[in-house]
Amino acid sequence: MTAKGQGRTAFAYLVPALLVLGGLLAYPIYQLVLISVYDYGQEQVSGGAPLVFLGLGNYQKLLADQQFWTVLGQTVAFAAVCVVGTLLVGAFLAILATRVRTWVRMTLFLAALGAWSTPAVAGSTIWLFLFDANFGFVNEVLGIQGFSWTFDKWTAFGLVAAQVIWCSFPFVMVTLYAGIKAIPGEVLEAAALDGASAFRTAWSVTLPLLRPIILVVTIQSIIWDFKVFTQIYVMTGGGGIAGRNLVLNVYAYQQAFAASEYGLGAAIGVVMTVLLLVITLFYLRALKRSGEVL
Amino acid sequence: MRLKTLVAVLGVGAVVACAPVQSGPTNSGTDEKTGQLRVWLFDEVNRGPKEAVVKEAITEFQGKHSGVTVDVQYIQVASRAERFKAAFSDPKSAPDVAEFGNTDLAGYVSAGGFSELDLGSWSESKDLVPTILDTAKVDGKTYGVPWFVGVRALYYRTDVFTELGLKPPSTLDEIATTAREIRQKKPDMLGISAGGKYLFAALPFIWAQGGDLAKQDGGKYTATIDSAEAKAGVAKYTELIKDDICPPATCAGNGGDASVEQFRAGKAAMTIGGDFNRKSVDASSAAGKYGVVPLPGKTAGSIAPAFAGGNLLGVLKGTQRKTLSNEFVQLLASKKYQQKMYTAMGNLPTFSDVQKQVSDSDKFLEPFTKTLQAGTKFVPVTPAWAKIEAQTVVPTMIQEVVTGAKNVDTATADAAKTMNAAFTS
Repeated sequence: MTAKGQGRTAFAYLVPALLVLGGLLAYPIYQLVLISVYDYGQEQVSGGAPLVFLGLGNYQKLLADQQFWTVLGQTVAFAAVCVVGTLLVGAFLAILATRVRTWVRMTLFLAALGAWSTPAVAGSTIWLFLFDANFGFVNEVLGIQGFSWTFDKWTAFGLVAAQVIWCSFPFVMVTLYAGIKAIPGEVLEAAALDGASAFRTAWSVTLPLLRPIILVVTIQSIIWDFKVFTQIYVMTGGGGIAGRNLVLNVYAYQQAFAASEYGLGAAIGVVMTVLLLVITLFYLRALKRSGEVL
Repeated sequence: MRLKTLVAVLGVGAVVACAPVQSGPTNSGTDEKTGQLRVWLFDEVNRGPKEAVVKEAITEFQGKHSGVTVDVQYIQVASRAERFKAAFSDPKSAPDVAEFGNTDLAGYVSAGGFSELDLGSWSESKDLVPTILDTAKVDGKTYGVPWFVGVRALYYRTDVFTELGLKPPSTLDEIATTAREIRQKKPDMLGISAGGKYLFAALPFIWAQGGDLAKQDGGKYTATIDSAEAKAGVAKYTELIKDDICPPATCAGNGGDASVEQFRAGKAAMTIGGDFNRKSVDASSAAGKYGVVPLPGKTAGSIAPAFAGGNLLGVLKGTQRKTLSNEFVQLLASKKYQQKMYTAMGNLPTFSDVQKQVSDSDKFLEPFTKTLQAGTKFVPVTPAWAKIEAQTVVPTMIQEVVTGAKNVDTATADAAKTMNAAFTS
């Protein structure tokens, strides 16, 4: 078989996967971009009004909106706190899991999996109950009945961030635990024989070996936390008092989709996609620099 | 070569769909006299009695029209927007007759969803209360029959008022002074449970001062929420959501249900509640210890204009059974069945004579029918209003004032700006 023939065969094998990817990824993104350059509301969808091509009009409107920039800033800061929190909690518990007895580890894993598998709406609602101003368990224990966690901007953000960390740390923990377990015992033994301290082993041996995994969970967390919707929507009643707890996804929903301004909503979607693509590219470059084979 | 294929594939895709999808015209033009009539009604917490009345109407209707069956589907209020949007986009999945909220009307009509109704030939229609019938009109054309109406009044705790020797407020200004006095003497209680997101409680304050959300001029709406009168109303309402009456930490995030909930829990001496809240209050700790008066207006003895909420029955534009649909609407919304719906669900009728009849037999309804007769008002009848509501413009404005983020002048000016942007888009 010639090299060209081989290429063809390989391509033929790839066609089904390409079709699926094209259908599920490229086409929706194409539609998203397309809708974002039109004035596309409910009237246009159901054929009650003609389509108007706006070009970059929706984007101009969005970028000129002061609130968009505030919300974008809040989203970035909120996601950053959630990512750092998730990684710290996840890493700490992963290390803990390698040091404890089996039944403790099993209990820890079961509890974490419970948190992980709780649907976001249910989890958020249960947290709200726990932190209810008058009847909540937390206020009862702290003896501060009547204190509203969701009223003040910062306590509200803090509470939601805690909930997000609670339901996303298990992924980090399980992945890192698997990574730590996969480190060959000889390597650690060699380090010990060379007289390395525990800290030195962790810093110079374990951490470098875990780097690819840490990068993966970091980027995953960034993407997840940047796109948080449910927790904010449920726990702050759709964006907090006077909208001061809005994040980008909830903002897009409220300003665009609930208001049937699909064109504007699509524009917000495109902006988010571009931002996340930039982060992913950054991630791929970082992987390459660290010598990973892509 | 691979790149070329990719470009070709993308190229074909671009030619096939170079504009977002639009569904075609939905007017079918046919008018069949037999077959299945599909009806959408709203699901309710306690649907049994409603379903029984509807079944009765269906039996009567099917008895009159042989070869006709009526299929009722109960849809969720919370997901109604998606359901109706889908129905308008795809006439095949749409019902012939539907119940819908009167605040949704303008949006549905401009989306081309509902057809105009001719009520002239229906003799009972002349007894419909005019201000209520207005909530079924867009640009002077009627698109629905008001099935029932919901209106709010002032609930107060008779035991607390007696203990403190107070009388229910007789003017709008007295609400704040009375509420403040109660909270001073009973610091555990909210003087009045008002909510930062409770639009329909705030509107009467604006209307009573002579202000309004917007004014219509030659078919175009302009926001008037920043007028002196409206600002006075906003100031009066937001005065209630302060630490000395209803602390923002408790009340700023509350909508209608949460506001009434405080009253149900026995934590509020007053609240603004609807006739439809009666059953839930009667099943709470406030049962038997409360009274209701119309929300007072600016001067003693006057009544603040209330928001005329309620549901309509309409015929969808894409229906293939227009005559049958019209007849079914007129049957289900008739005096006879409104009376039955009142008995079953407590829904306030929309005919003036039926209203009088039910309030004569049930003293509880008096403050509500009085409020209705004093004249009600409505939100701007334009699809832009649905947008303004979805973007929570007015609740955000109220919350900005009560949290001190903005003063009344700035908050109302900003709200007017957002509203005008929606009106002109």
